[in-house]
Amino acid sequence: MRKPSRLSRFNIASLALGLAFLYLPILILVIYSFNASRLVTVWGGWSLRWYREFFNDRAMIEAAWMSLRVAVGSATIATLLGTLAAVALSRGERFRGRTLFSGMLYAPLVMPEVITGLSLLLLFVALNAERGFWTVTIAHTTLTMCFVAVVVQSRLGSLDRSLEEAAMDLGCDPVRAFVSVTLPLIAPAIVAGWMLAFTLSLDDLVIASFTTGPGSATLPIRIYSEVRLGVKPEINAICTLVIGVIAVVIVIASLASKLSSSQGESAAPL
Amino acid sequence: MSARRIFARPARFAAIAPYVWMALFFLVPFGFVLKISLSQTAIAQPPYEPVFDLTAGWTAIKTAFAALSIDNFKLLVSDEIYVFAYVRSLTVAATATALLLLIGYPVAYGMARLPRRWQAVAMVLVIVPFWTSFLIRIYAWINILQHDGLLNQILLALHLVSEPVVWLSTDSAMYLGIVYSYLPFMILPLYATLAKMEAALEEAAADLGAPPLKVFWLVTFPLSLPGVGAGVLLCFIPIVGEFVIPDLLAGSNSLMIGQTLWLEFFTNKDWPVASAAAIVLLIVLLAPLLLYERLQRRQLEER
Repeated sequence: MRKPSRLSRFNIASLALGLAFLYLPILILVIYSFNASRLVTVWGGWSLRWYREFFNDRAMIEAAWMSLRVAVGSATIATLLGTLAAVALSRGERFRGRTLFSGMLYAPLVMPEVITGLSLLLLFVALNAERGFWTVTIAHTTLTMCFVAVVVQSRLGSLDRSLEEAAMDLGCDPVRAFVSVTLPLIAPAIVAGWMLAFTLSLDDLVIASFTTGPGSATLPIRIYSEVRLGVKPEINAICTLVIGVIAVVIVIASLASKLSSSQGESAAPL
Repeated sequence: MSARRIFARPARFAAIAPYVWMALFFLVPFGFVLKISLSQTAIAQPPYEPVFDLTAGWTAIKTAFAALSIDNFKLLVSDEIYVFAYVRSLTVAATATALLLLIGYPVAYGMARLPRRWQAVAMVLVIVPFWTSFLIRIYAWINILQHDGLLNQILLALHLVSEPVVWLSTDSAMYLGIVYSYLPFMILPLYATLAKMEAALEEAAADLGAPPLKVFWLVTFPLSLPGVGAGVLLCFIPIVGEFVIPDLLAGSNSLMIGQTLWLEFFTNKDWPVASAAAIVLLIVLLAPLLLYERLQRRQLEER
C-alpha cells in the first residue's frame, strides 16, 4: 500500500487539468457542429444543417470514400506485413541484416512525414507510376506496418514461449505450432494493430499530399485546403463524423486489447 | 536442437516479405532523394534531370556522376532563408519539447499514483486523443482562437479585455497547437517508467526525512530518466519537421524547415532543392533518430 502522499491533491489537479486540456477543444468542436447559425461562433440553436450540407457535397463525399478505401486497403496489407515482421524480429533470433531490418522498421515511426512523403513521391515518379489510389495505399502501408510491427512484437515478447515449445514437443511442426497456438494468442494485438493502421491512414495529410495525384484527394487533403481558406461550419460536421468513426474503431480496439490483457500481461501503450 | 532453434528458421522466412517491402519503399527512395538533391534544377516534367540510364553501361554512370553538383547544398548554406528555417525549426522543437515535459510530467505522475484500476482508465483517456485526427484537433483550436472565437467571446463577456485579442497566426498559438497535439506522445513513455517504479524507494526517502520536493528531485526524477529520454525524442524529432501546425496556427513571417521544403516542392516546383533540404534535415536528425531507435530496441529486448 502506498502511503497517502502530500502531493496527492496536486496529482489529481494536474491529471484533471491535463485531461480537460485534451478533451475540451474536441468537445467544443462537436457541439458547434450542431449549430444552426452560418456564423461559426454565434449559437443559433441545434440543427443537423451542416451534416446535410456535407452529404450534398460531392467532392467531400468522394474524398471520404477515397480515404476509407485507402485506409482499409493499407491497414490490411500493413497488418499482414507488420505481423510477419514482428514474428521475424521476436522469433527469428539472429539473421543476416537484422539490424538494418529493425532500423527500417523503427525509423518511420518518428521520422518527419515530409521526408517520407517526398522520398516516396520521387520513387513513384522514377518508376513512372500513375499517382492516385495505389500510390497512397502503398505509402500508407509503408508507414503503418511499422506501427503494427511494434504492437504485435510487444505482444509476442510477453507471450510464454513454453506454449509454443510444448506444441512442438507434442509433434507440431513450427508453422503448425505458430498457426494453432501463437496466432490465436496474439490475435487481439493483430486486431489492435489493424485498427491503429486504419486510423493513422484516415488521419494522414502530409504523406497523402505527396503521393496522390490530381483528382484523387483524400479527406484530410480536402479538409486542409478548406481550413486554410477559413473556418466553415460544414467542416465542423465532417470532423465530428470522422471523430465518430474513429470512436467506434477505438471501442472495438479497446475490447480487443482488453481480451489481450486478460490473457496475459497488459499490452504496451501505442 | 531445442524447439526454440527449430522455430527460428521459419520465423526468419517471415522476414522476407516485409524486408523486401521496406527496402523497396523506404530505403530505395532515399537513393532517389540523394540523387535528385545532387542534380540540376530543370524546368521540365519531371522537374529535374533524368535519372541515369543503366543500360548505357559504365560510361553513362561516369558521365552521370560528373554531372552531379552540390549547388543545391551550397544554396541551402548560403541562403539565409534556409539557415534561418533550420535554426527556427530546432528552437521551436526544443522550446515545445521543454513545454511538453513541463506539462506532461505532472500528468504522467498523477496517472502513476492513481489506484491500479484507474490507471488503465486514465491511459485510455490519454490515448484516445492520439487516435483522433491531428488535423481535426488543430482545427478545433482555430475554432476557439479565431477573432470572434469562443476564447475572445469569453474574455469579452468577463470584461477581461475590451476588444478581441489576436490569437491566431502567432507563435503562442503555434506552441499551443504543438503542445496539444504531442502531449500524449510525452505522457505515455513518462507514465510507463513512473508506473514501473518501486513506491518503496520514495517511501524510504520520505521515512529518512526528505521533504516531498527533495524526494521527487533526488529519487523519482532520476529514476524516470529513461522515460524522459523516450518522451523527449518522440516529440522533438517529428516537431523539427512539423509542417501542418505552424502552417495553420503560426504567422507567415518565419517558416520552419518542413514548411520551406513543402513550399519549395509544391509552389516553386524546385525538386532538387527540396530534396537537398530533406537530406540536410535528415542529417540534422540523424543523431536523435539513432538514439531513439536504440532506446526502443533496448526496451523491447528487455522484455
